[in-house]
Amino acid sequence: MTQTKTKAKSKDAKDTKTKTEKAPEAMTGAGIVIQALIDQGVDTIFGYPGGAVLPIYDELFKQKKIRHILVRHEQAAAHAAEGYARSTGKVGAFLVTSGPGATNAVTGLTDALLDSIPVVCISGQVPTFLIGNDAFQEADTTGITRPCTKHNYLVSDVNKLADIMHESFHVARTGRPGPVLVDIPKDVQFAQGTYKKPETKKYRVYQPKINPQQKNIERAVAMMAKAKKPVFYTGGGVINAGEDACKALTKFVKTTGFPITSTLMGLGAFPAKEKQWLGMLGMHGTFEANHAMHQSDLVINIGARFDDRVTGRTDAFCPNAKKIHVDIDPSSINKNIAVDLAITADAGIALEAMMKEWKAKEYKSKGADLKRWWERIDKWRAEDCLAYKQTGDIIKPQYALQRLQAHLHGREDVFISTEVGQHQMWAAQYLHFNKPNRWMTSGGLGTMGYGLPAAIGTQVAHPDALVIDVAGEASIQMNIQELSTAVQHKLPVKIFILNNQWMGMVRQWQELLHGERYSHSYSEALPDFVKLAEAFGGIGLRATKASELDDVIKEMLSTDRVTVVDVNVDPKENCFPMIPSGAAHNEMILAADAEKFAQGLV
Amino acid sequence: MSNQSVYGIGPVEQSASCHTLSVVVDNEPGVLARVIGLFSGRGYNIDSLTVAEVNHKKHLSRITIVCSGTPMVIEQIKNHLGRLVPVRKVADLTLEGPHVERELALIKVSGKGDKRIEALRIADIFRARVVDSTLESFVFEVTGTSEKINAFVDLMMPLGLIDISRTGVAAISRGETTVTE
Ligand SMILES: Cc1cc2nc3c(=O)[nH]c(=O)nc-3n(C[C@H](O)[C@H](O)[C@H](O)COP(=O)(O)OP(=O)(O)OC[C@H]3O[C@@H](n4cnc5c(N)ncnc54)[C@H](O)[C@@H]3O)c2cc1C
Ligand SMILES: Cc1ncc(C[n+]2csc(CCOP(=O)(O)OP(=O)(O)O)c2C)c(N)n1
Repeated sequence: MTQTKTKAKSKDAKDTKTKTEKAPEAMTGAGIVIQALIDQGVDTIFGYPGGAVLPIYDELFKQKKIRHILVRHEQAAAHAAEGYARSTGKVGAFLVTSGPGATNAVTGLTDALLDSIPVVCISGQVPTFLIGNDAFQEADTTGITRPCTKHNYLVSDVNKLADIMHESFHVARTGRPGPVLVDIPKDVQFAQGTYKKPETKKYRVYQPKINPQQKNIERAVAMMAKAKKPVFYTGGGVINAGEDACKALTKFVKTTGFPITSTLMGLGAFPAKEKQWLGMLGMHGTFEANHAMHQSDLVINIGARFDDRVTGRTDAFCPNAKKIHVDIDPSSINKNIAVDLAITADAGIALEAMMKEWKAKEYKSKGADLKRWWERIDKWRAEDCLAYKQTGDIIKPQYALQRLQAHLHGREDVFISTEVGQHQMWAAQYLHFNKPNRWMTSGGLGTMGYGLPAAIGTQVAHPDALVIDVAGEASIQMNIQELSTAVQHKLPVKIFILNNQWMGMVRQWQELLHGERYSHSYSEALPDFVKLAEAFGGIGLRATKASELDDVIKEMLSTDRVTVVDVNVDPKENCFPMIPSGAAHNEMILAADAEKFAQGLV
Repeated sequence: MSNQSVYGIGPVEQSASCHTLSVVVDNEPGVLARVIGLFSGRGYNIDSLTVAEVNHKKHLSRITIVCSGTPMVIEQIKNHLGRLVPVRKVADLTLEGPHVERELALIKVSGKGDKRIEALRIADIFRARVVDSTLESFVFEVTGTSEKINAFVDLMMPLGLIDISRTGVAAISRGETTVTE
């Protein structure tokens, strides 16, 4: 990683003397919020002001340690914080006002919950004495967000505020990460209280188990050494566990020589350039990954949650395999798929322990069997399931991404976010991730409108890196206003729109599964994205023919300004391979079979 | 049909069983909403739920939940309860060995003459106490297992039962083991 740490400087903040450190300190609630953020290592907060958070905005104005990024919609503040968090491994922070500010943030909180992203949301609330009165801009924020946060707090006493602030970061980042909300009534922000530094020892609450039991590690490794057709199935949990965990994974997988596939959320934990990498598995996963899972005799799940996009028909999922599942959250284990060996632990710690055990017992993979297994896998690979035909002028979306990948080749400083739809799946299939934290996508909630704000959050954290949002023309319109944020804060994100004029993913389902009745999935009256980009103060580029693509990509990569690229792609292209829901991994539809399948249906 | 849904077909139903869980929580605002929201949000069934503070100094409450589900669902319920931040401990009394369950009910019966006498006679058999009485009504207090209370209610029904209030199940393990650490 070349650029990870933020060196953010707020230009407009005045030069103030840093407070002398003597605890406990008396300050206002709003001051406590800012001091706690600083002590928690927050250097950037995304937000949008309003009546119920004005005291906190006042404190922000008076300091210069935290950079505030003004967004254009609170949903975007949440996604930007997610992008910041996912690309750095730190906790993302955002600040919203009461009522509509908080309700606008709900989609982002839910997104972070489903994808296990650590973020802390500070929301303003009407003064304590007005709570429950239908006061101006009052919403029951803790009530509304209870099911979509990992935990939330309503602060009723300024003297509890410091502890709650610190605890919220602890809860967000510890165990299975997730969103935490702290709702602070305005009178508490004004009130005088004492500040407390973060606990240096253990927190009072929430101490999830992270260490595996040695006997389980021994059993797991023994199972691996005996396996004839093993496969690693890894997920977002390895990314959550951190860069070292990803290194431990890579080392262990290489030592065993086993094949490895990963979920959408786990891309980059193991380098895609390695020979052992089979590509993504699941609904739009590769032929080789899904067949390897189906035929395997040992599936080693590290930090993935057997999601329904991955398992397909659960009673036909890896029918001949023993299953090992390493997950930090016991509620992820035996939820969808019953496993033979459950290990509740942090992925990184478990992987290190496995490596140690493998070496200590001087295990060797079953050479001849493994060789035969790889021969089979190579046959599946030879299917070349991601092949497509680029002929003539019409740009195939896959081609656009492959050209983009070609131009990015060798660059270490590339971060990709996506919106939701076909383009997202193609990005997962055709772009390669060799490092963790380089891939920001909304997997669990599948939130259209995630990509642009997530790219903004990523760019803030990595000011010199190249950040590209691979978008669809429908999704991008869901948070298009954030172009203004990017321009204001000089965050030169690139938006690479695969414009097929359709809600492509919806159209694909309608074509294949609803008798080609294209009910309301055509995007009529699309804006001119080039002019739109210019109207926002960015650069707009367009490619309409395959021959224009390379030049347009080069131009996009050469600017240091916010750039929107409108790539006009084949409107009819579908995303394959595809496992229809409720089907098994070996019942995959490849591009070539698609026609057969459609006919078989009617 | 199944092919057309984004979600595939649902699972085959397994047989459900009833479990009594004892949950120790920090007694803070919203904790009950969190527990109940977990059940409603994930479609689990609660048969009974009781809660009260059991340790004032440490602000601990104990929630007793009787719920039913397949073994996999019960396991999920326990794991989800366990990961709520204010939850200190989750014990499955049904699995962890012998335990005692009790419920208290207040039962109002109105009637005259023979029926009134019969109600009193049955109450005596059930060791129900009369806690309120008028010339035409009684309120009985009865404690016991839920089955005992159900039986009492069934018998009182034809004798003029007009109102019931039940506490739900409180439960505790037998012997020296405790759920609070
Ligand atoms: C249009 C669309 C199509 C999709 N198609 C596919 C597809 O074809 N294939 C696919 O894979 N996905 C697909 N997805 C994404 C899918 O919906 C899920 O989001 C994804 O599969 C879940 O990834 P995961 O299993 O890695 O779990 P995550 O959601 O990343 O969860 C992480 C898991 O790891 C655990 N964990 C967290 N921290 C740690 C730690 N430190 N140590 C150990 N464990 C930890 C968590 O408890 C959790 O169980 C699609 C999404 C969309 C929107
Ligand atoms: C907020 C939201 N609303 C609706 C959907 C359902 N949905 C999933 S993909 C999709 C179409 C996306 O179209 P586009 O952004 O153009 O991408 P494409 O599939 O064409 O690449 C829709 C409507 C969603 N995922 N998110």
